[in-house]
Amino acid sequence: MLNLPTRRPETMGGYIVHNIPFPTALNEQTLALLKHMSPIQIEQVYQINYLHSYGQDSPFFAGLTNEVFLGCRDPKTGYTYANPRGHDMYTGDETQWVVLPNEGAVHAFTVCHFGSEEFLPECPYILALIEFEGVNTLFLTRLMGVAPNRASLDWIGMKVKAEYLRNSKLRPTDVYFVPA
Amino acid sequence: MPPVVYAVSGGVSKFAKARPDKTFQAIVKEAYDYAIRDIGLTFEQFTELVDGSVASYFSDHFQRQLMSGIMAQDYLGLCPKPGHRVEGGGATGGLCFQEAWKSVASGHMDICVAYGFETMSHVETWKGNEFIALASDVSFDYPVGGFYSGYYAMMVTRHMKEFGTTVEQMAHVSVKNHLNAYHNPYAQKRNRYSIQDIRNAPMVAWPLTRLDICVMSDGAAATILCSEDGLRKLERAGATISRPLVRVTGIGRGTDAMRMADRPHVDYDYFMRHYATGHEQSSEDTRTYYRGLWDNGFRYPGVHSFRAGRAAGNMAYKHAGLTDPLTELDFIELHDAYTSSEIQTYEDLGLCRYGEGGPFAASGKAFMPGIDYGLNLPEKPICPVNPSGGLIACGHPVGATGLMQAVFAIWQLQGTIGKHFGDAALQVKNAKRGAIHSHAGTGTYVTVSVLERE
Repeated sequence: MLNLPTRRPETMGGYIVHNIPFPTALNEQTLALLKHMSPIQIEQVYQINYLHSYGQDSPFFAGLTNEVFLGCRDPKTGYTYANPRGHDMYTGDETQWVVLPNEGAVHAFTVCHFGSEEFLPECPYILALIEFEGVNTLFLTRLMGVAPNRASLDWIGMKVKAEYLRNSKLRPTDVYFVPA
Repeated sequence: MPPVVYAVSGGVSKFAKARPDKTFQAIVKEAYDYAIRDIGLTFEQFTELVDGSVASYFSDHFQRQLMSGIMAQDYLGLCPKPGHRVEGGGATGGLCFQEAWKSVASGHMDICVAYGFETMSHVETWKGNEFIALASDVSFDYPVGGFYSGYYAMMVTRHMKEFGTTVEQMAHVSVKNHLNAYHNPYAQKRNRYSIQDIRNAPMVAWPLTRLDICVMSDGAAATILCSEDGLRKLERAGATISRPLVRVTGIGRGTDAMRMADRPHVDYDYFMRHYATGHEQSSEDTRTYYRGLWDNGFRYPGVHSFRAGRAAGNMAYKHAGLTDPLTELDFIELHDAYTSSEIQTYEDLGLCRYGEGGPFAASGKAFMPGIDYGLNLPEKPICPVNPSGGLIACGHPVGATGLMQAVFAIWQLQGTIGKHFGDAALQVKNAKRGAIHSHAGTGTYVTVSVLERE
């Protein structure tokens, strides 16, 4: 049976009201009645443009625009992060940039059928954590090339390879992964 | 001598999808006034005695208002007494409770009130999800598709792969918590569901359905904590403090990396040395079991476990003198934002071993006795988890949630659930000791507090 919608979607917007009902005469009785008035709700817009700096992590994004996947490594211990990290969390030492492998395996994943407002138009989309040989941490990414309606635990362990957006957006999604 | 801190009273507003009838300050006052009334004091008497407060709310975005805490402080008539706001994602309420405990335990205050709130209905659900997802790294996590249900779903696919956990086991948690809440008038969702109902609900983030996930809410909660001197002051003023008294006997907290991708994958020896519970360390059988897990490629905590939760539990248990939480705790109110995270938390809190959370969920050990869940549960209840209905059924007005758990724990230990709920079905018989667990982000801040009846 088809799962047909039975309710019309609600939106926040509404008509501008030019006259709110209010007692025409104010006295003890009508003032007391105001306690039973339903609340007035108005719409407030809140919009901001931030100038966000990637700071010491900036080379990671520069790398993606050049189809290079960079990570960070503690020079003494060799502990390697798949995400940029200026200092190692165990030694406190400054890390060095290293080139990460372009191939890895799916460590965990999900198919998002719902999401935050910004990503609703992209539903369903697949989030995945990727593991890499010789790298101690994981990388959060989008997984493409598998059917969202055929999610399976068998995807975990699947070999995947990096693909890069031709037109960089300077976001971590400039790299994504597909089955190798 | 460890400091004596009593939790003497609490109040909760009815959690609801939306409370446009009142501003957030007035919703806080509902919970605050209830806590005062319950010890038989007037507003003026309590205002005279209370030394200060701690305020709890998560997001400035939901209200589009900075410094909401002082607006609540002002509305409650607490100015110019000391107060401050705490914030730590989903664990904000648990942190607030512990900050109030510290205020009393340190001797800085004799009577401290902890209040918390969130009004999440001011934006659409998808915008609310966006606000919440801003509690993930905005450079590397959020832009990939920031959505907390997605993050938790990734954890559970790993848990399922690693340990064989099933969606039906997760659904047991949802059935339990929704039906518990049927007897809790403060809860937002009070329903009887079957396992099939949970699985047939709309898919949100595979394999989590809408009924595996808590909802957004408007609500508030408040608790009153005091020292021995504070107790005497309250009683001299005419307060009727319920006996037996309830004390906070254990406090624990843990943290983890904001990006769950950055979490370590430690070996067996490191785990046993730094994370295993005393009970796990002393059991040959458990050591053998864990060696087997590691031999099969298991690493800790990875993304399937919360070492912050384990650290918080271990710290709180040590403080309270517990070694086997499953048998020494009479109930736990834990942060079940997802059915899967309740299962993960069973393991973190040492109710079962890592990897056994799924079978534990379906065993019956965490269910309430005397309630017919319509399930075939092989074992009897030992330690009811979320007897109130938890976040999944009560709702999750973030800043209020951890304090709601504290209030329900106080009432359980006072034996007054019947009085406050108008229904004694959820009263854990002869409850002597319980724990509350509050959890943020993808396991970034976690608090565990142990409360005991004298």
